[in-house]
Amino acid sequence: MSDKKPLSSVNDFVVRFANVNGSGSASANEMFARAILRHGVPVSPRNIFPSNIQGLPTWYEVRVTEDGHLGARGGVDMMVAMNPQTWDKDVAGIEPGGYLFYDSTKPMPSTKFRDDITVIGVPLTAITNSTYTDPRQRQLFKNIIYLGSLSALLEMDPKVIEQLIGEQYKGKEKLLSSNVHALHLGRDWALQNLKCPIGLRVKKSDKVGDRIFIEGNSAAALGAVYGGATVCAWYPITPSSSVAEAFTAHCKKYRHDPETGKAKYAIVQGEDELASIGIVIGASWNGARAFTATSGPGISLMTEFIGLSYFAEIPAVIMNIQRAGPSTGMPTRTQQCDIIACAYASHGDTKHVLLFPEDPAEAFEFAAAAFDLAERLQTTIFLMLDLDIGMNHRLCRPLKWDDAKQYDRGKVMTAEMLEEGRDFGRYLDVDGDGIPYRTYPGTHPTKGSYFTRGTSRDRYARYSEEGSVYADNMQRLVRKFETAQDLVPRPLQANAERPTKYGVIYFGSTSPAMDEAIGLLEARGHQLDRLRIRAFPFHSSVASFLAEHDFVYVVEQNRDSQLRQLIVNENGIDPVRLVPIVHYDGTPITARFIAKAIGDHQDHLKVTPLRKAVS
Amino acid sequence: MTYIAKPKFHHPGLKKNELGYTHRDYEGKISTLCAGCGHDSITASIIEACYELSIEPHRVAKISGIGCSSKTPDYFLGNSHGFNSVHGRMPSVLTGANLANRDLIYLGVSGDGDSASIGFGQFAHSIRRGVNMTYIVENNGVYGLTKGQFSATADRGSKSKKGVTNTDNAIDLVAIALQLGATFVARSFSGDKTQLVPLIAAAIGHKGASFIDVISPCIAFNNHAGSTKSFDYVREHNDAVNRLDVLVGRDPIAVDYAPGTVQVVEQHDGSKIALRKIDADYDPHDRLGAQTFLAKHAAKGQIVTGLLYVDPDAEDLHAHLNTVDAPLNTLEADTLCPGSSVLDKINASLR
Repeated sequence: MSDKKPLSSVNDFVVRFANVNGSGSASANEMFARAILRHGVPVSPRNIFPSNIQGLPTWYEVRVTEDGHLGARGGVDMMVAMNPQTWDKDVAGIEPGGYLFYDSTKPMPSTKFRDDITVIGVPLTAITNSTYTDPRQRQLFKNIIYLGSLSALLEMDPKVIEQLIGEQYKGKEKLLSSNVHALHLGRDWALQNLKCPIGLRVKKSDKVGDRIFIEGNSAAALGAVYGGATVCAWYPITPSSSVAEAFTAHCKKYRHDPETGKAKYAIVQGEDELASIGIVIGASWNGARAFTATSGPGISLMTEFIGLSYFAEIPAVIMNIQRAGPSTGMPTRTQQCDIIACAYASHGDTKHVLLFPEDPAEAFEFAAAAFDLAERLQTTIFLMLDLDIGMNHRLCRPLKWDDAKQYDRGKVMTAEMLEEGRDFGRYLDVDGDGIPYRTYPGTHPTKGSYFTRGTSRDRYARYSEEGSVYADNMQRLVRKFETAQDLVPRPLQANAERPTKYGVIYFGSTSPAMDEAIGLLEARGHQLDRLRIRAFPFHSSVASFLAEHDFVYVVEQNRDSQLRQLIVNENGIDPVRLVPIVHYDGTPITARFIAKAIGDHQDHLKVTPLRKAVS
Repeated sequence: MTYIAKPKFHHPGLKKNELGYTHRDYEGKISTLCAGCGHDSITASIIEACYELSIEPHRVAKISGIGCSSKTPDYFLGNSHGFNSVHGRMPSVLTGANLANRDLIYLGVSGDGDSASIGFGQFAHSIRRGVNMTYIVENNGVYGLTKGQFSATADRGSKSKKGVTNTDNAIDLVAIALQLGATFVARSFSGDKTQLVPLIAAAIGHKGASFIDVISPCIAFNNHAGSTKSFDYVREHNDAVNRLDVLVGRDPIAVDYAPGTVQVVEQHDGSKIALRKIDADYDPHDRLGAQTFLAKHAAKGQIVTGLLYVDPDAEDLHAHLNTVDAPLNTLEADTLCPGSSVLDKINASLR
C-alpha cells in the first residue's frame, strides 16, 4: 500500500487527534499525553479548538519530544482521524510515510486514503456497540478504546495508563474498572489484529525530571493566590476565563478560614469588562490586591479605566490572555497582538508596565510579582500571556515560593506616620523615584485624606489646570516609569558559541520554538545571540544588545511586529537594523518557521557584500 | 472643582454631636456649582445627616462618576477620601472599594446622565448585587456640565430650555431599583430638606443596597416652564408617601410624631426609622405594592416621594460571598499565602 517507507522514530513524533467538540475526547487525549510523560518522555500538547461548544471540529496535537522541544513542530506523523467532517483535510495533512488511524467500522472508498501513508483501521464503533448500550457510554468509551489501541501500536506500557485512570477515578470504583476495561478492549483488538508496534514508538526514558505539567492560566491564577490577591473581578472571555475559574478553585482550597469557613477573598463576575476593571480599581484604591483577567476585546473596553489607573496612580493587575484580533478576530487562536494596545493603553500620554512570561512557571512567578509591582509603582501591571501558554498544558520547572517573602505593599502612609507630622502630598515625589505616598481611605480622622480624580491636580491632589502643574506631574510619571525599569524582570541573554554580529529578540510563548530554532540555524551555519525580553519598560541591556549587533531579528506572533515598534519607539534606534520575523496565522509559531525566516535572511545578507564587490 | 480655600474658623458655641464634631467638620470645599443649584442642597442634607448620625467623617468613602453631581463629594466630608472616577462607573469602583474594606461607609453620588445613560448597566448591577452602600442620584433630567442636553430621566414631552421637546420615554430609576431588588428605595426633592435628611440617614444605616433618587432642579438648564424637573413643577406634583425620622439610640432627633400613623422600623445597625405616614394605606415593606403605587401615581403625573420600600433584614454582597469579618485590605502574606509546603504538594499533583 505504501509508496514511501513508513516513518520510524522513537520518542520523537507528532500525533494529532481530530475530534468533534463535545464528544468527550479531550480527557482521553489528555490522558494519552500524560501517559507518555509518565514514560519519562517530554510531550507538548496543544488544543486547537473552535469558538463553539458542540459539533464543530477540534484537534488535539501531542508532540512527543525526547529532546524536550516544547514548541509546536508543524506537520503530523500520525493522525487519529475521528471526525468525518475534516477527514480530507486531516488525511492530506499527514507527513509522507506517516500513519492514519481511523474507525474502520464503516468501509471507506480507497480514494479517501493516500498511497504514501500507513492506514490503520480499528472498528471502534463496532467494538463499542457490541459492548455498550447506553449512547453516552458508547461515545465516551470509544475514546478510551482508541487510547487502548494506540497504546499497543505505539508500544506504550498499559500499566502507566491504568495508573492514570486509577488516579482520575480515585474512589469511583465503577468508573475506574469500566475505563480500564475499555482500554483493554482497544488494546487487545489491536494486538490481535494489527502489526504492533508501528514505526513510531514510545520508549521509557528519564527526560521529564521533576518538571510539572500545568496550564498557564491555572499557574497565573495560583500566582495570584500566592501574590495575595483578595479581589478578583472578571467577565468571561476566551481564552482568559479559566484564569478566574482556576483562581476560584484555588481559593476554595487554600483561602478559607479554617475556623469560621469564611472566605479570605472576593470574586465577582462583572456585567462586563468595564465593571470588572472598575471593581479592581476601586478595591486597589482601598488597599486590597485586586486583578482581572481578560483578552483583547476586554482590554479595548477597559482602556478608559487604565488611563485613570495611570494618571490617578491606582494599582491594578490585568492578566491579558491574548488571542488573535482585531475585533472578535479568532477567539480560539493564539497571537501576541496586544503589545502596543497595552503598552500605550488610553487616550493621552500613557505608558504601562508589561510582563512577558514564557511558560506556566514564569506565569506563576510574574503573576505574584505583578501585585508587588502594582503596589510599588501604583499603576496598572499587565501580565501578557497568550492562548498558547494559557490554555495548554505545558511541561515546566516546578513552582517555587520563598516562605520568607513578605508582600511589598509600596509607599503607604499610615496613621502613625501622619501623626508624626510627615508631610503628605498624594502626588509629591519625596524620594526622587517618581513614586509618591498614598493613604488608604479611613486612615486618620483629620490627616491624609485626599480627593482622587482623573482630572489634573497639583502635588497635594488639589485640582489644577495650570500648565506647569500638569507638566510637572506628567514628568514625574515619566520618572516613575524609569524607576520601573529596574524593578521588572530583566531580559535574559544567551550568546552563540562564536562571536556574532547577529542577534535575535523574542518573548513570551515564542520561547520554546526559538530555543529549538537556534539549533536548526546553527546546523545551517548561522550563529545568533539571543535576548529574551521579559518586561516593558525595557531594561538598559536591551539598548546594549542592539548596539552590539549589526542586525537583530525580532521574532513575534503578530502582523505588525509590535514589540519591534515598541523597541524602535522607546530606544530611538534605526528601524532598518531590526528585522521583523512575524508569524500571525493564529497557530503557535514553530522552530521550522523561525529557522527558515531567519536562515533565508541570513543567506540573503551574505550575498550582499559580493554584489558590492562586483560593482 | 474648587480651588477656593474655605476658612476653618467657626463660632466657639457651635453645636457638637456625640463625637464632639460640629457641622463644620462634615463640610468640604466651597462649591463651584451654579448659585441655587439643587445639588448644593443635597450636599447640605448629606452633611446634616452625617452630623446627626455622629459618623466619624474619615470612615466614609465618597465615590462618584463624572458630571455636576459627581463633583459634589468635594463639597462635603473634607476629611473623607473621595474618588471622582469615570463617567458612569461609580458603581463598579464603589463595589470594589467595598469589597476591599467592609468597615467603611460607602456613599455613591451620581447623576441622571451618569446612572441612567452611560452608567445604566453599572447602576443596575450594583443594585442587583446588594452592595452595602448609599447610592444617591442627583436627578435634574439634564446634562448640565455640557449645557442642557436631555438626559434619560427627562420626561417624554418635557421641553428643553431651547424649546426642543423630548420624544424619548423616561427611565424612572426608582422603579428600576425596586425591580432589581434594592433593599432600600426612596425618592426625595432637593428642596425638601426635612424629608431628605432623615432619608439619607436611614439609607446610611441600612445594611444593603440603598437607593435614593433626589430630584434636583438645574437652575441653569432645567428650571423653566415646560420642564418636569423644575422647582415649581416638582412642588406642584409631589406626593409624599411618608415622612420619616431616624433615631440612633440617643436623644431622638426632634421627632414630630403625627398621631396614630407612626411606624417604627428597626434596621440592622440598631437605628430606628420612624415613619410618619401621610398615606395611611402605604406599606413600605411591600415591594410589589410599592411598584404598583409608583406606576399608578406616575400615570397621574405625580412624583411620589418618601421611603417607598425597605427590607430591614437585608443581606449585602459580603454576606453573599461569605467573606471574612476582617477587611480584605488588612490581610497579609501570613494569612493569604498558602506557602511552599502546599506548593510542593501542588507540584507533586501535577506530575
